[in-house]
Parts: sequence; C-alpha cells; structure tokens
Amino acid sequence: MTGVLRAAWQIARKDLVIEARSRELASMTLFFAVACILVFAFAFVDDMGRPLPGAAAGILWVAIAFSGTLALGRTFERERQSETLRALLLAPVERPAVYLGKLSALLVLMLAVELVVVALVGLLFDAPLGAAPWMLSGLLLSGTIGFAAVGVLFAAMLVRTRTRDVLLPVLLYPVTVPVVIAGVKGTQAIFAPDPNLDLAAMWLAMLISFDAAFITLSLWTFGPVMSE
Amino acid sequence: MTPDGAAAAAFDAVELRDISRHYGRRRALARVTLTCRAGQILGLLGPNGAGKSTLIGIMSTLVRPSLGEVRYGSRPASQWGDALRAHIGVLGHDLFLYGDLTARENLEFFGGLYGLPDLTQRVDAALEAARLVERANDRVSVFSRGLRQRLALERALLHRPRLVLLDEPFTGLDDESAVLLAARLKTLKTAGSVVVVATHDFEAVDGLLDAVACLREGRLRAIDSAGGTVRERYRQAMRESWS
Repeated sequence: MTGVLRAAWQIARKDLVIEARSRELASMTLFFAVACILVFAFAFVDDMGRPLPGAAAGILWVAIAFSGTLALGRTFERERQSETLRALLLAPVERPAVYLGKLSALLVLMLAVELVVVALVGLLFDAPLGAAPWMLSGLLLSGTIGFAAVGVLFAAMLVRTRTRDVLLPVLLYPVTVPVVIAGVKGTQAIFAPDPNLDLAAMWLAMLISFDAAFITLSLWTFGPVMSE
Repeated sequence: MTPDGAAAAAFDAVELRDISRHYGRRRALARVTLTCRAGQILGLLGPNGAGKSTLIGIMSTLVRPSLGEVRYGSRPASQWGDALRAHIGVLGHDLFLYGDLTARENLEFFGGLYGLPDLTQRVDAALEAARLVERANDRVSVFSRGLRQRLALERALLHRPRLVLLDEPFTGLDDESAVLLAARLKTLKTAGSVVVVATHDFEAVDGLLDAVACLREGRLRAIDSAGGTVRERYRQAMRESWS
C-alpha cells in the first residue's frame, strides 16, 4: 500500500511540475469556465442585476463539469505524446498507482479553477457563499472527486482511440449525472434564501457514497483497461 | 536473498514459445519461437511492419500475446507479477521522456518510480554516460533527437535491467554517439544482460550481434549465428524465405 501511495505521489508531483511550467491545462480550463459563466450571466441576470432565482447552483456545476471535461481530455494526451504512458506502465508499480497519481494531480487543478469559478458565480449571481462555507466546500470537493474519478478512468480507456475527444463526454456525462444532480441539489439547498443544511448534508452523504463506489470500481478496472 | 535478488539471479534467459499476436483480423506475429540468453546480443531484423516492435512489446510485458507463452528464466510473466518489470529496460521508438521536465528530472522521476537506492549517484552517472552533465538542467523539449536518444537510453538502463530491449537505438545518433552506444551494448553483454536490438541500421550493429533473428510478415524466417556482415546475413535470410 505504501508503495502504491509513494508512486502515486511521484506521478502527481510530476504532473503538477509540468503543469506549473506549461500552465496549459490551468489556463485553458479557467478560460473556458469563466467564459461559460459569463455567457450564463448574460442569459440569467436581468438588466437590474437580479439573477434568475436558483440558477447559480446549476451554472456553477455546469461550469465545473464542462471545464473538467476539457482538463480530463488533456491529462492523458500528455502521456501519449512521447508514449510516456508506456513507460509508466513498464515501471514496477501497481497500476492503480498510475490512476491515483493522475487523479490527484487533476483534482488539484480542478479545485484551483473552482476557487475562481465559485467567486465569480458568487459575484455575478449574488450567491450567498458565506451561508455555509464548509458545507459548500464539502459538496464541491466530493462532487469534483466523483466526477474526476470516473473521468480519469474513461480518459485512460480512450487514450488510444482516435475519436477520444468526442467519446469522452458521450461516455462521461451519463455516468456522472448522479454526481452533478447531487452537487446541484446540495448547492441549491445552501444558496436558498432560507438555507436547508440538513438537505445539503443528505446530498453530501450521497456524493461521498458515489465517490467511494466510483473510486473502488476505477481502481479495480484500471489495470485491465490499460493492458493492450 | 531478497525476492528481487532471487528474481534477478534466476533470470538468465527469455524464451518465446509459439507466440502469436493478432490485432483484430490483422496478424502481427505468427508462431514465433525464440530464445535469448544472458550475455548475448540478439538482433531483430526485418522490413517495416514485420512485427519487430510487437515482439519487443510482448517481451516487455506491455503487449499480451494472443497465443503462446513468454518465459523469463524458468517462469512465465504471470508468475513474476509486478516485480518482473523491475528487471526489464525498454528503449522504444518513442523515447518515453517528458519534454517539460529537465534531463535530470526525467531520470529522477523514473528512478523514483523504480524505487532505486542511491538515486542521486545513479542519475549523475547516467548523465555522465549520456554526456549531458552540462545540459542536465535543460528541458528535454529543447534537445535534438540525438541528445534525447542518449538520455532515453540512460533512462532505460538506470535501474540496471536484466533484459534490455532496444527498438531502433541508433536513430538520430551521430557517429561518435553510435560508437559509444555499441560500446555500451558490449558492456551490458559482458555484465550478463539479455540484450535484444531491433534495427535497420545494419552497419551500426556489425560485429556486435551474437545472433540475428529475421522476421517478415510476422513470421520468424531465420535465426542465424554465423559470421559475415549483418547486411549479408539479412539478405541471405530474406532470399531463403522467398524461395
């Protein structure tokens, strides 16, 4: 177990060092998420600056899902360029370590982008970010983990497919619909004029259950999926 | 003896038995039987698409054969588990290097994945062997193909593998680097490694190969350990396979 975690940490650190230098994924993901929110702001905020009630939670999660899909598509593309994925698979580490490493690096990136996205949604849609900050953080963290856990597995599965850019969202969105719904409902419960924290906690518990199921399944299937 | 130590000691040959590999309806390899022994350099020759890279992929454990079995020492890959990969070094067509990392960072990353002791000394020695000490902190993306090839070779040998699989190792190397690579292969042979080289560069491997295996259309056409230049041996094998 220690060996798996050590290898996962090395892979995640390598990905983050590369990202810190290229800033390719961060800038692309952030730009897309901000553009997405701005478009929604034009559609759902009236001339008086009043947002459509209840829209903020949905827009937040749509921006997270869409920008996350972009990042997912690129995370294994990097490993394909010089076939470094084969080098990772040749190393004497258990295959789940590769999965955990890629997942951890992607989570750091997505959560960093979410800091900006959440602030922007709060600003443009009058969302009460301070109503239950810990609950909101929990929903965002567990929702992002659930989304990325499935996404990394699918991105790895599709890495040698020519139509991977098209197939990834087609496969990913139906499977992650429960995560997005739970995220939206939980966030709506917090953003409501009279916040319902019990309801938010119920959705958070559901998200944590999804995470446990998705990560377990992904760890189980990643090895066979990566075998040629 | 540690399990890894026992593995290394027992691993004195790689034996391919009736190996076939199909990609859908396309046959990449058909019933290849071949043995590579420790202290021997085996050349894999053949035209493009003959199955050389597939064979190297199978020996490296990355590609599963559709039929047949590969034995490392006395045991098949399935009995070795993940530990087997610690004894295999591969230099592929693509170089398995991260362009956004420096030469040193690439070696340190892969050395870390292999859990190598005294990593700093090994990385320094590898940079020295690749003659990249002064470029150690430069990103690989700015290296020429030849420099990357030299670094990739050291990456493949960093963990001192028992089985060394090299796919077109002379690509992009200047004359001096090619001579140094040939010397390196001889050192590996003397150290008792099993070395397999797939190449089209017959002149570069002249006098280096102990045996030559010629592949065409996925079939092993000849195994030759006789003398003569590699080009002559290859032509002879191909002629015989046509007749």
